[in-house]
Amino acid sequence: MRLIKFLFLFCFTIAVQAQDYFPKNDGVKQSFKNHVAITNATIYVSSTQKLEKATLLFKDGKILEVGTKVSIPKNATIIDATGKTIYASFIDVFSEFGIQKPTDRPERGSSAQYDSSREGYYWNDHIKTDYNAFENLNYENKSAEKLRAIGFGTVLSHFNDGVIAGTGLLWTLNDEGNNATRILNNKISQHFTFSRSKFSRQSYPSSLMGSMALIRQVYHDGKWYATGASKTKDLALESFNANKNLIQIFNAGDKLNSLRANKIGKEFGVNYLIKGDGNEFEKINEIKNTGATYIIPLDFPDAYDVSDPYLAQQVSLSDMKFWNQAPFNLKILADNNIPFVLTTYDNKDAKDFLQNLRKAVLYGFPKEKAIAALTETPAKLMNQSNTLGSLKKGALANFIIVSGDIFDKDSKIHENWVQGNRNILDKMNVEDIRGEYNLVFDNKSFDLKISGELEKLEAKTSKDSIDYGTKLNYSEPWVNLVVKTNDSIKSAYYRLTGTKNLNYLEGKVVLENGQETSWKATKKEVTEKSKDKKKEDKKDEEPKVPIMVPVTFPNLAYGNENKPKQETLLFKNATVWTGEKEGILKETDVLIENGKIVRIGKNISATNAKKIDATGKHLTAGIIDEHSHIAISNGVNEGGQNSSAEVTIEDVVNSDDINIYRNLAGGVTSSNLLHGSANPIGGRAAFIKLKWGYSPDEMIVKDAPKYIKFALGENVKQSNWGSGRFPQSRMGVEQVYEDYFTRALEYKKEKASNSKYRYDIEMEVLNEIISKKRFITCHSYVQSEINMLMKLAERYNFKIQTFTHILEGYKLADKMAEHGVGGSTFADWWAYKYEVNDAIPYNAALMQSQGVMVSINSDDAEMSRRLNQEAAKAVKYGNVPEEQAWNFVTLNPAKLLQVDNKVGSIKVGKDADVVLWSDNPLSIYAKAEKTIVDGTIFYDLEKETATLDVIQKQRSELINNLLEAKNKGLKTQAPKKKEVKHYHCDTVEEF
Amino acid sequence: MKKYIFLLLLTTIAFGQQTPASKQTKSILILGGRAHVGNGTVIENSLISIKDGKIAIIGDGTLMKPAKHDIVINASGKEIYPGFIAPNTTLGLVEIDAVKATDDESELGEMNPHIRSIIAYNAESGLVEVARPNGVLLAQITPRGGRISGTSSIVQLDAWNWEDAIIKENDGIHLNWPRSYSRAGWWAEPGGIQPNKKYDEQTTEIQDFFNNAKAYAASKVSVKDIPYEGMKGIESGDKQVFIHADGEKEIIDAILFKKKNNIKKMTIVGGYYAYKNAALLVENNVSVLLRRVHDLPILEDEDVNLPFKNAKLLTDAGVLVGLQNEGDMERMQARNLPFYAGTCAAWGMDREKALQLITSNSAKILGIDANYGTLETGKSATLFISDGDALDMKTNKISTALIDGRQISLESHQTELYERYKEKFENK
Repeated sequence: MRLIKFLFLFCFTIAVQAQDYFPKNDGVKQSFKNHVAITNATIYVSSTQKLEKATLLFKDGKILEVGTKVSIPKNATIIDATGKTIYASFIDVFSEFGIQKPTDRPERGSSAQYDSSREGYYWNDHIKTDYNAFENLNYENKSAEKLRAIGFGTVLSHFNDGVIAGTGLLWTLNDEGNNATRILNNKISQHFTFSRSKFSRQSYPSSLMGSMALIRQVYHDGKWYATGASKTKDLALESFNANKNLIQIFNAGDKLNSLRANKIGKEFGVNYLIKGDGNEFEKINEIKNTGATYIIPLDFPDAYDVSDPYLAQQVSLSDMKFWNQAPFNLKILADNNIPFVLTTYDNKDAKDFLQNLRKAVLYGFPKEKAIAALTETPAKLMNQSNTLGSLKKGALANFIIVSGDIFDKDSKIHENWVQGNRNILDKMNVEDIRGEYNLVFDNKSFDLKISGELEKLEAKTSKDSIDYGTKLNYSEPWVNLVVKTNDSIKSAYYRLTGTKNLNYLEGKVVLENGQETSWKATKKEVTEKSKDKKKEDKKDEEPKVPIMVPVTFPNLAYGNENKPKQETLLFKNATVWTGEKEGILKETDVLIENGKIVRIGKNISATNAKKIDATGKHLTAGIIDEHSHIAISNGVNEGGQNSSAEVTIEDVVNSDDINIYRNLAGGVTSSNLLHGSANPIGGRAAFIKLKWGYSPDEMIVKDAPKYIKFALGENVKQSNWGSGRFPQSRMGVEQVYEDYFTRALEYKKEKASNSKYRYDIEMEVLNEIISKKRFITCHSYVQSEINMLMKLAERYNFKIQTFTHILEGYKLADKMAEHGVGGSTFADWWAYKYEVNDAIPYNAALMQSQGVMVSINSDDAEMSRRLNQEAAKAVKYGNVPEEQAWNFVTLNPAKLLQVDNKVGSIKVGKDADVVLWSDNPLSIYAKAEKTIVDGTIFYDLEKETATLDVIQKQRSELINNLLEAKNKGLKTQAPKKKEVKHYHCDTVEEF
Repeated sequence: MKKYIFLLLLTTIAFGQQTPASKQTKSILILGGRAHVGNGTVIENSLISIKDGKIAIIGDGTLMKPAKHDIVINASGKEIYPGFIAPNTTLGLVEIDAVKATDDESELGEMNPHIRSIIAYNAESGLVEVARPNGVLLAQITPRGGRISGTSSIVQLDAWNWEDAIIKENDGIHLNWPRSYSRAGWWAEPGGIQPNKKYDEQTTEIQDFFNNAKAYAASKVSVKDIPYEGMKGIESGDKQVFIHADGEKEIIDAILFKKKNNIKKMTIVGGYYAYKNAALLVENNVSVLLRRVHDLPILEDEDVNLPFKNAKLLTDAGVLVGLQNEGDMERMQARNLPFYAGTCAAWGMDREKALQLITSNSAKILGIDANYGTLETGKSATLFISDGDALDMKTNKISTALIDGRQISLESHQTELYERYKEKFENK
């Protein structure tokens, strides 16, 4: 019985808006649709075409005519919109509206899950290409209403979950219709993100670079699968191939992630529509150069509550600046002619969207561009220009009626029509009953005053200067008044109800004793003066546009006002540590031009050069950190598998890490950014120059030889965290390599013989190693494993380039020298885990004594800014001569990285990566005074005080602005401390 | 055979801790060295006579004629320093960071004044013997964790066991002051900082505990209350209160706490932002054992070199400052203590003043200055001779070190491995 009832209800709801050809069992069919004409309105037919006193005529959900001379058919429903403005309703192409999300999030288990949970699909659960939003719909009237309330009529809905998140649909916010009428395109887009699905525990990918590698492999696999070469079924790849021609939307987020998404797209010939984060202005040139179209959110940060100075201190300048700058983002995007559309996606409260949009317009974002970004542009992107985004003939009757200019903060959206269906948000043409009346009933006469906002009227009843508590309710034309009697002993009321007439109100009153009689309130003369005064008051409240705090490079403390530029520099009278056979040259000049060292000698003169008196100072090559983890975004380890050769740090260089600047202050000019040590075969490295203020791409040294990180020992066998992944012993580690290199060789054969081979990024990288085009730097501690890897490499006819950490290197330095591998070690670290028990600070000296190329590295953002001191420890421990010890952090790492033809010493023709020290650079008393990369001064100790003053000044100004915002009653948020993540080799975290 | 294997295992697995030196019986004369007294002064061409573990005489060697001594050390061209002091350290409480079984640095519970570090101090720790060759000869062994972590003791670093190592037993309790703010979220998505809503509650708990401890001490009780027993000695000043705090507000509150409770001796440990309220510290006679010098600034906007300049800021303002190095890998970093002082000198401190940060200042702060911290007549002969400037790693090369006049071994597991492999390669 219950079931029948349910079915009946179900049928009934459908039947209300059944399609023409559906049978009808609850009545008779009706098909008549009347014309509707909205007249006398200001109509934006498009963002650039505005008509005054125009008419919009439509029928059956479609626009028939728009113009100033539209002939309105007889009997058409006419709605007078005098003084109102009509816009095409807005389109949000990045929404999760109406998606039925699963509720069963997997529990966090104690052990990691390495394999996928589905059969017949891709090997990775986070590739959800087969997910279709249109199969998981739950149209919610309430959510639709919220979107309509801010002007939207159409949305593209998808489920933002998974690295490839499946397809989205385009539908309208038409409560009257059903999905059959709402859906405009059930599969319009395919969606990408950098984040894992929340509904699978499969470990891979566990980092941003892992997500990027995974997407690339899917592209390769899709192509391969399409050739029919796969022996097994893969429904996910089939979907991926089928979705190839849809609109490809990438939820990138942060500005650097947008660049990353675009990079992947370019590699595979895909132009993603990129969802940004609102901070695009911080890297506007790079964003512009992508040539991509963006989906921009309008979520501006609330002011930080900085009233407690101790807490305020924790808020970084960059966060405070962002609060000031964020509302200018759209203006800057528009000024740069970057194509974009807008989304409500990041707004927790949809209402903020319209408010922020108005703010952006106030801050200089042109109105017509705002209209276009919400209407025409998204319509065009969705290939729906004929139906959406404008009010031309033939388009859907999707429009909003606004009390005035939509960007005026006092404007109200009266009506939002979707597919010809009217949704009233705020009654138009409500008659104003405000004023002063003579209220008469029961032979008594009162003064009645109705005032307040139109939506929230207030009434006051008085007689002989005694107030009678009054509640008013007005719903045109009905007036309801409840007036408290002046009986002071008991509560008693007069209840008045009536209607509005021309200039009076009248109706029936129920007296306190229950008797009924009539009442009438006649309007008195209006005093115009008071009305005008009100308007003036409002004008005074016009919000002021603050001055935008300048964007710096990068946009945080210590950022440069302009990108630093190359200079011609002449160091006079320096003690020059050449690092070459010339040794240390006293009282010597060095000339730098066009980013290169051009002359070294005495009495050099160059009229065009900026002279730097280096008397008593030491000039050296810049420090090169062979093992660094600074400047990396979202994860240093892709530990989701025991090999991750497919990932590369080059994908995730973070140019905005304060540690770049701090390293420069310690005389570091280049860093080799390594993958962590969570797995035997780690990821590829990025060799960067610390060009603070430049973009990641500009920092990466493109022509430097390419490296990959390997790792041995406790970390890869998961001794100190995690479990369940092969290998769990040093014995297993060897076999991981055997396995991968065996497979790599098989792959190579397959590639040579079979045109339909499956392109495998990981195997390609491993073959680069075998063919000596990529070099290994291997995290290592104990001698057994070090020896093993050398022997293994020899079996595959290549050599290991560098062992990093290599704390027991001294035990087999002779064998290392024989193999030809270098050792990049710590000066004195030990005792942090069992495998470093035999670590000794004499390691560098001993390895060097046996002919091993030795360098000293940091693996640590703090130590990296004192690498000169760490090099000096080799003088203490093992009596390494000073010049050689200095080379441990300059020329030797350059040699290990095979960039010594460009950097690492002071030699004519080399890159001008140099540091001016206050003292012997190996001395504890030495301070880096100037750090120069490619002939550009990136750090200058002399300017430090001035820079700190600027930071302090900007901070106090912004704090004052924030306090003012709070005093004005604006929403605030708790102060936020910016966390700068410091990675080490063994930093493993959930991405 | 079995016995042999056992012995072999012992030598390879257990650290071959150096045999502690025996009590000084022979008089020692050190001649010609440049003596850094540790109080800001230097004696060029010094003469140091050492008898019964004490400095019998120290003075200008050009003005004195030495009597006959059993041992004469020529230190001309070399530098002589008082033994460096490592306060607030867990040396000997943990051997290998990642191996839990070797970790004895903290205990369950919040108010643990009764927990005593000294009995867990491993005098034979490999980390202890490695600190000595860089000049670190004294240390305050300090427990971690909880609100009151426990009671520390001060040791010298050449002993057969913890008992023999003691210089000052139970010198103070360590109180981790609550943070005035708390943070939500995690590093990737910081949720904002908010005033720690429990701050008042937490500080009240401390006050209550101190009140009760005072009441307990004044009462005649039949049953011992162990934690309150651990608080005895604070009132008399025998035990110092070390308050671990970095924030401005926390430091101010800690000073108010000192005043309210009439705490005789108090030191702020950490004190990263102490420089902002230096006058208040001076006024209340509160010293600072400063946060690790070789560290990054806490906040992005701060002077990138603030950790290097911090000691000078405080010292210039008149605060008594010592250096300590609590933090990551702190035990193995103990040997780098001299270079923290060196870095302070690089960033503007007078070198002899910087030396005081790890000698006399720390001795004063720890209350062992009657005997240690400077090279002065009558004090313990705890000192060392370095080839060069001991605050600079390039020249910190120690040939002789004495603790209470005992000439200690400067060898370690590490030097033994060095010698063994050097020999291996030389004989090749």
